[in-house]
Amino acid sequence: MVDVTGYRREKPGNHPPNDYPGYSSTAKRAPKRLPIRLEHTLTETTGPTFAGGWEGPNQADLTRAGRGEPIGERIIVAGRVLDEDGRPVPGTLVELWQANAAGRYLHDGDQHDAPLDPNFPGKGHVVTDAEGGYRFLTIKAGAYPWRNSYNAWRPQHLHFSVFGPAFATRLVTQMYFPGDPLLPLDPIFNSTADTEARRRLISTYDPELSQAEYALGYRFDIVLRGRGATPMET
Amino acid sequence: MLIPTASQTVGPFFAVGLTRPELADLTHAGKAKGEAIVIEGQVRDGEGAPVPDAMLEIWQANAAGKYAHPEDRQEKPADANFVGFGRVFTDRQGRYRFVTIRPGAVPGCGNALQAPHIAMTVFARGLLKHLVTRIYFADLAAANEADPVLSAIDDPAARQTLLAKPVNSTPSAYRFDVVLQGEGETAFFDV
Ligand SMILES: [Fe+2]
Repeated sequence: MVDVTGYRREKPGNHPPNDYPGYSSTAKRAPKRLPIRLEHTLTETTGPTFAGGWEGPNQADLTRAGRGEPIGERIIVAGRVLDEDGRPVPGTLVELWQANAAGRYLHDGDQHDAPLDPNFPGKGHVVTDAEGGYRFLTIKAGAYPWRNSYNAWRPQHLHFSVFGPAFATRLVTQMYFPGDPLLPLDPIFNSTADTEARRRLISTYDPELSQAEYALGYRFDIVLRGRGATPMET
Repeated sequence: MLIPTASQTVGPFFAVGLTRPELADLTHAGKAKGEAIVIEGQVRDGEGAPVPDAMLEIWQANAAGKYAHPEDRQEKPADANFVGFGRVFTDRQGRYRFVTIRPGAVPGCGNALQAPHIAMTVFARGLLKHLVTRIYFADLAAANEADPVLSAIDDPAARQTLLAKPVNSTPSAYRFDVVLQGEGETAFFDV
């Protein structure tokens, strides 16, 4: 007999629906049937851990991947991975990828007519510390056009992948920047119905995090779903 | 309570940051205990077209039916050579392939034993939130019959989509296609 405490269910509006016509790529890819509710078992309450080090040493500095300095606005992006109860999530893998300062990805499929930067592959990963903290030094990604609709541009963003303690806590998301005029126009950002949930996707400028005469600091906390009530708590 | 961070699509360019070719082989170059198996298939969209830009991740127990995770306190042998996590990208034809170990059975809710299975997540451009499904083995009919998750699915066609079909080959291979939408749509779970 194995006791399993599941994770909390999503509240409406906290996550985007997959069927979202404003984002045209959903049309042929979003399932038509409702997902089947699955009570969490050991399969969902466990997940990959990083104690064995299979993910390799941290790559927290994206500005040192080439022979020279990448072009662009240097930024520090730091924060904590927490659960809904504010508890830190230590020892979990955070992966980051992004466009360069000109809004171009180092990817064959990216046809945007903007220069590649030989000194900026645009990827990094770290495992969170005991307080759930992570920190990257990188370049502010440029906005880029996409063909969702005529003259559509993605707001400046960084892509994040986070595991959390269990299969059920897996999250892939995007971090945005405060005051970006493209945010109100972006269907991916706006696919999340709840205003507060959308706000959580926007990093905050933090002068304390900025490094004088070197880099601007943006804080971005990532909140994963929390544990459901155990019998003790009810 | 804090509001959780919303999911956002992985987009078309995830290979920039998520490429880890070693995660296609979960057997740690054959050192993991158990029977090596191949799980392969194709991801298709609502028009039956291959999806060439999907990322698939899998999570499973070792050959003894134990997860490499501190919360699995079952008295079963751990395997230092088996993490149980895999990640691959589909190719131009929408195809993917994992090499892994046949998982042992793990307990489910209450005392019911679950049939051996592999949990799978699907990420792609056009998916604002990843999809979750499960791979069961079609040739374990008796175990599948008794599985609490499978037997709770009323629609037999939906249940069929979760069964990986044996392919004649060595090592044992199973075919598991993922249909995102429409006819033959894979059963996805709300976890
Ligand atoms: Fe992007």
